[in-house]
Amino acid sequence: MIAFLIRRLFQAAIVMLTVALIAFVLFNYVGDPINAMVGQDTSLQDREKLRQDLGLNDSVPVRFARFVGNAVQGQFGLSYRTAEPVGRMILERLPATLELSFVAALFALLVGVPMGVYSGLHPRSWTSRILQAVSLIGISLPTFLIGILLILIFAVGLGVLPSFGRGDAVNLGGWTTGFLTVSGLKALILPSITLGLFQLTLIMRIVRSEMLEVMRTDYIKFARARGLKHRAVNFGHALRNTLVPVITITGLQLGQLIAFAIITETVFAWPGVGQLFVTSVSSADMPVMSAYLALIGFLFVTINLLVDLLYFAIDPRLRTAQAATRVS
Amino acid sequence: MTFETRRLILAGGAAVALALAAPFAAAPADAQGKVFRWANDGDVNSMDPYARNETFLLAFLQNIYEPLVRRDKESKLEPGLAVKWGQTAPKTWYFDLRQGVKFHDGTPLTADDVVFSLNRANGKGSNMLTYFATVEKIRKVSDSRIEIDTNVPDPLLASKWAVIFIMSKAWAEKNNALTVGDLTKQEENFATRNAMGSGPFKLKSREPDVKTVLEANKDWWDKPEHNLSEVVFSRIANAATRVAALRSGEIDMVYTVPPQDTDTLDKDPNTKIIQGPETRVVYFGFDHGRKELLYSNVKGKNPFQDKRVREAIYRSIDVEAIKKTVMRGQSYPVALMVAPVIGGYMKDLDQRPAMLTPDQAKKLLADAGYPNGFEVTLDCPTDRYVNDEKICQAVVGMLARIGVKINLRAQTRLKYFAQILLPKADTSFWMLGWSPAATFDVHDVFVNLIQTPNAESKKGQFNPGSYSNPKFDELADKVQIETDVAKRNALIAEATKVYTSDYAYIPLHQQAVIYAARKNVDLVLTADNAFALRWVKMK
Repeated sequence: MIAFLIRRLFQAAIVMLTVALIAFVLFNYVGDPINAMVGQDTSLQDREKLRQDLGLNDSVPVRFARFVGNAVQGQFGLSYRTAEPVGRMILERLPATLELSFVAALFALLVGVPMGVYSGLHPRSWTSRILQAVSLIGISLPTFLIGILLILIFAVGLGVLPSFGRGDAVNLGGWTTGFLTVSGLKALILPSITLGLFQLTLIMRIVRSEMLEVMRTDYIKFARARGLKHRAVNFGHALRNTLVPVITITGLQLGQLIAFAIITETVFAWPGVGQLFVTSVSSADMPVMSAYLALIGFLFVTINLLVDLLYFAIDPRLRTAQAATRVS
Repeated sequence: MTFETRRLILAGGAAVALALAAPFAAAPADAQGKVFRWANDGDVNSMDPYARNETFLLAFLQNIYEPLVRRDKESKLEPGLAVKWGQTAPKTWYFDLRQGVKFHDGTPLTADDVVFSLNRANGKGSNMLTYFATVEKIRKVSDSRIEIDTNVPDPLLASKWAVIFIMSKAWAEKNNALTVGDLTKQEENFATRNAMGSGPFKLKSREPDVKTVLEANKDWWDKPEHNLSEVVFSRIANAATRVAALRSGEIDMVYTVPPQDTDTLDKDPNTKIIQGPETRVVYFGFDHGRKELLYSNVKGKNPFQDKRVREAIYRSIDVEAIKKTVMRGQSYPVALMVAPVIGGYMKDLDQRPAMLTPDQAKKLLADAGYPNGFEVTLDCPTDRYVNDEKICQAVVGMLARIGVKINLRAQTRLKYFAQILLPKADTSFWMLGWSPAATFDVHDVFVNLIQTPNAESKKGQFNPGSYSNPKFDELADKVQIETDVAKRNALIAEATKVYTSDYAYIPLHQQAVIYAARKNVDLVLTADNAFALRWVKMK
């Protein structure tokens, strides 16, 4: 177990470095940050001086080494756009993104799993067909469009939910939360539906096909033959055995939710890290972009690690397989 | 059918939320004034008035900070923190300060604060240095007067300083914000997130990129024309959401309106569109300088060095058609490189030469030695000016009719400007826009865009085509130091004739500034796009 952990951590470090390097090289094609920083009539000499001061004239390897050196010490510098510390900018916005992703994932799971179970148990029923059709919409409509449609219906049309922002967030020792106020909770509804819809349909479809598979297996038949209650068979035996792929997907998708909350955040002016990234790209704010990608790389690596560990907990076969390899 | 189902499910969710919300009432409005909520696509990048020389930041901070001399609704100068100003000698300016002005923390505003602020704006890390190019020394003469020595006669100093805001010295000292934030350091400057000015509104809270809240300054020295108690500024980057938030009444005004939504908002019974011309002029430029164009099929010579070629192209671009089709009427064609509100704009010279028929234009090209036309690349930004790329596409069609084949190269502004501007000037034919907002005077355009590029004297720095006419240079130099208004205007008129008859540039239009607001909001739109809260009234 420990050897496994160490091996994974080592792999994670390499992945992080690679991600950072690719990102860094790519940023050179985003454009020139200087023009976004100075007024139109700033003289050419002043522009050149600023470029020199910021170290933008150095070669990519030099700048990359400097970035990694600083990042390891937790220093990400100041944003070119706002002159604020990048680390704090990201930390301030992270709670908004994490809360949104969490609620979206919860929504996807709590609605997606029952929907999947139902349509797996009754594949031919009318309701199942409707659910299937709805999920098709969820999977095929772009997030952007869903968000705008929801805004038009609930904010402009009915006027019951806010079209943008996070409501009144409460600051709990550095963590701002929207869970404690009514406006904060209301503001969460539309963005998390928008963000979670794709995941919901994905989970529903996986659970459904896994359920169909499992219900055909012998042990379910035997379980029924033993006279167990439907409930116990469906949830205790069948659902439990569909969970491994569901957990894999949910875990991976949680990373996706956080990383690709970008579109949802932009549509709903949700003050998270995704929106910060978009803003930073449009002004070639390299310090923020680098730090953001490092953070996303870190999140993915961590989530994957956690998912691997969860397998251990859920699937006993993996534990024995591991033991077997160690012996041989 | 399926859509209906989904709607039902969602409506169910909304009903739950409503039920949740029911026991809580909305916050009561202040009895003394109204709460004004507005939004823009980008945030104010800093609370430090010298951190960025950009229109939106300066427009926003004028609500918190004040200049010595401010602009009125017609963009004319009027007393701000100075009651009187002028020149005692060609190279000396004086400003007499208003007495009894208080900062938001209650401390009095003194000559020391003014001197400190001007020096801070002219100091390390400031992006306002252009406004101090002629300044030699800033002196406190008495508690009510400061004087400035300039190294050359500068008739425009007061006009330039309408965007230089005055900050509390004691506050800056206390919070270690004596200079503007240094980007190469790791720590933040206090003035980046906090503010201490004397303006009509105080900074109440700030969440960068999310929400900035201001409250009315009850001790303001001037009589408020607004009736606001609190102002909430939000950033909504997405255009569709911004418009939706306005239509749902969550916000009262949006600052940047997407062109395609102006019709809808104008027709909506709850909202209105406020529109006017902006100071910026959008134009095309030629490469006059190189012996051979970088991007053309003509080798060994530069067709743009022939005035007939420039004329043929100029007079084949139909700005009225661009206005009608591309800009949906939201542009104001000009024939000069400056807009009407700018000092030194010559109304009688703002006449566009008549359009040529394709045959006439072709004949001009043939006379210049291009009977079959030629090919050239036009550079265009895609995200800087309103419909920039579409304008260029329209021009491609117009010039095709006279045998000039345009290859369009459109790219994002972040890459575009680095390529187009000097020192690279890696282009043959391009689009730019310029607003002399720094001085509100035509000389800003003369010295930056039209005079011969010269690194030492810092002239012609934004003249990537190296247009050069010694006669124009001479006239522009005279305009710079002439303090007699009549003489100065005569010089400007002469210089204007030189560059227009040379077809040095192709001015297109001023784009429109467009705001959208709820019907109950009264506000003032100024040509410099500096939306001021002090004129906002809500019914």
